[in-house]
Amino acid sequence: MAGKAAAQAAANPAAVRIDNFNFTPLTLVIAPGTTVTWTNADDTPHTVREKDGKFKSAALDTDDTFSQTFTAPGEYEYFCSIHPRMVGKIVVKPAGKSS
Amino acid sequence: MADRDDKDLIDAATMNRRGLLKCMGWAGTGVVWGLSGGVPRTLGLIGEASAAEVKQAGLTFVQISDSHIGFHLPPNPDPAATLTEAIEKIKAMPTQPAFLVHTGDISHLSKEEQWDDADQIIKSANKQVFFLPGEHDVADADNGKAYLARYGTDTKGKGWYSFDHAGVHFIGLINVFEFQPGFKSAGLAKIGDEQLEWLEKDVAGRSASTPIVLMAHLPLWTIYEQWGWGTADAGRALGYLKRFGSVTVLNGHIHQIIQKVEGKVTFHTAASTAFPQPAPGTAPGPGPMKEVPAEELHKYLGIRTVNYVRGKGAPALIDSSLVA
Repeated sequence: MAGKAAAQAAANPAAVRIDNFNFTPLTLVIAPGTTVTWTNADDTPHTVREKDGKFKSAALDTDDTFSQTFTAPGEYEYFCSIHPRMVGKIVVKPAGKSS
Repeated sequence: MADRDDKDLIDAATMNRRGLLKCMGWAGTGVVWGLSGGVPRTLGLIGEASAAEVKQAGLTFVQISDSHIGFHLPPNPDPAATLTEAIEKIKAMPTQPAFLVHTGDISHLSKEEQWDDADQIIKSANKQVFFLPGEHDVADADNGKAYLARYGTDTKGKGWYSFDHAGVHFIGLINVFEFQPGFKSAGLAKIGDEQLEWLEKDVAGRSASTPIVLMAHLPLWTIYEQWGWGTADAGRALGYLKRFGSVTVLNGHIHQIIQKVEGKVTFHTAASTAFPQPAPGTAPGPGPMKEVPAEELHKYLGIRTVNYVRGKGAPALIDSSLVA
């Protein structure tokens, strides 16, 4: 695997941190086949739910994690169903394609 | 009062006078009333005397909310203990309530063992309990299936219901299923069309003099949009209730008491039995106030007693903290 997406994945190994009612990073760009792990570092439970239900976690307590592997390229918008103001996006982009 | 006063000012003055009269009416009961923006509200503690005074009431019931069984962090590592204290307080009331209502977030994480623990504690009050889900009760991966299987058996649609007691019409609305994700919106709660249509029919044939109690987990008015503390389509629900002479709205969710009067509608959010949340906009987020010291926790937690006196439209509400 080469290219920008792979380099990004290596620098930021497909992790999303949940803290103070935010998903960080807000938008995560990954290569197909990458597994993203969300970790709830907040003192409030949160969920990760794709807007059309393509993936969804149960309620994540503090320090709980949820992982999802992305194979199909595309943009996946998700939100916390407990605090729907919290939104994030995963962008799955084939390696080597410039943005 | 001058004839040429601005109408809003007159309304405000009328409201204050009415609030003050109500305040005076309760002065002998040990309840400390304050006026905040024209809204009469209870401050601090209620002793046994107040409960004794309401023995003549037509109907007394108690609201508890946001028990969050399963929460385990500061400022309250043991919300089962504080829920138990709330139930003990209810059991000790000289005038026993006809029933209890729980306005949601029974559990912290929608887990059966958390509901088991909550039910076990609440059951000891030996009262009928009307439950509503909070978003924490429908946070399972199946969008609330577990809650509905357990608490939704005698309800309409996705858990909503109504019933009558002592001439008062109670409506339990669900506003935790149709959140609008905040991609292009404020991320407020929603009641949804199906439920609103049901509500319109539910109240259609009723006399306007029927006192209404409208319950839902999230506030039915927008308290703080930045934290999602509101319900986008609440206005439609309240529209169906416009012709009624007394509408009392009871909500939970924000773990603090905020009240508002809008014509014949009074809105009241309730204290939690588990932990407080910050006043709107006073913290980076709406999470638990973890800095509250253990010895002060109980003054933020509480129960609410609602008393209807026959022949009077609006009920009296008494908020009591869990301070012993």
